[in-house]
Amino acid sequence: MAEVPRAVAHHFDDFAQQHEASTLGMWAFLVTEIMFFGGMFLGYLIYRGSYPGAFAEASNHMDIILGTINTAVLIASSLTVVLSVHAAHEDKQKALLIFLALTVFLGLVFLGIKFTEYAHKFDEQLFPGMNFRYDGENPRHAAIFFSFYFAMTGLHALHMVIGIGIFLVLMVSAWRGRYSKHYFTPVEMSGLYWHFVDVVWIFLFPLFYLLGRHS
Amino acid sequence: MISIKGYLAVFVALLALTALTTGVAFIDLGGIGNVAVALTIAVIKAVLVTLYFMHLRYSSRLTMVFAAAGIFWLGIMIALTLSDYLSRDWVSRVEAVVN
Repeated sequence: MAEVPRAVAHHFDDFAQQHEASTLGMWAFLVTEIMFFGGMFLGYLIYRGSYPGAFAEASNHMDIILGTINTAVLIASSLTVVLSVHAAHEDKQKALLIFLALTVFLGLVFLGIKFTEYAHKFDEQLFPGMNFRYDGENPRHAAIFFSFYFAMTGLHALHMVIGIGIFLVLMVSAWRGRYSKHYFTPVEMSGLYWHFVDVVWIFLFPLFYLLGRHS
Repeated sequence: MISIKGYLAVFVALLALTALTTGVAFIDLGGIGNVAVALTIAVIKAVLVTLYFMHLRYSSRLTMVFAAAGIFWLGIMIALTLSDYLSRDWVSRVEAVVN
């Protein structure tokens, strides 16, 4: 190759300006995502404030070990994401590909664990609906807890599925050698999305798995 | 940009905080103690991820304003809504005193 492709679109002065525009755009999107998830967190807060006892009791049906493992898996995936960005920045093509693949792998591990948790909840008839069976004191209030659980972790899992799709596309581009120290914006922006999804889980974990454990 | 060592340090801190929050969940701290500790740890973890993994600490001022705006509006939504829900029984309490 005679010249390194700088990949700067014609309406930008230079790479720095293009990178700044991408970063701001990504953060603007993440702010809409904060509000999107924020509405559900607020709904959760209101109902938990209304039925604290039923929520605490229902939360003891969560598998705290699987929840903790999944939190660690997601944190590890965030680490592989920053390492992939770092590798692109240092022009290390092979490391970039490996860390992207590790991220996809850890994302799939998370979804696999989540799937077994969901399957277990369905077996225990804790999915709100016609077959909902609950032995505790307030089955109707517990059903609200499980509705929030499935809606919020389900929406989070959907974000994970999309994130894995994005990282698979990044892998194809990295395989073709599209990223270098001159151009790695897509890796970094996708990383921002992945970390955001990680942050959402950081709040979901204590709110659903930990709240009634001590009593 | 942060060094790989720096990333690993943040990673270890996040894992330690996860272990801590799970461990503390089994101890009864009374009242809102458990919730306060769990949410404080969650906020610390979220701040670590945004500052170092999302590079917010090394981003432009405008990017920081974007991120802060998201938290600010989320705060407005939660604060104003809860100010309604948490104060609803005040009226009945006042009526009980007056009557």
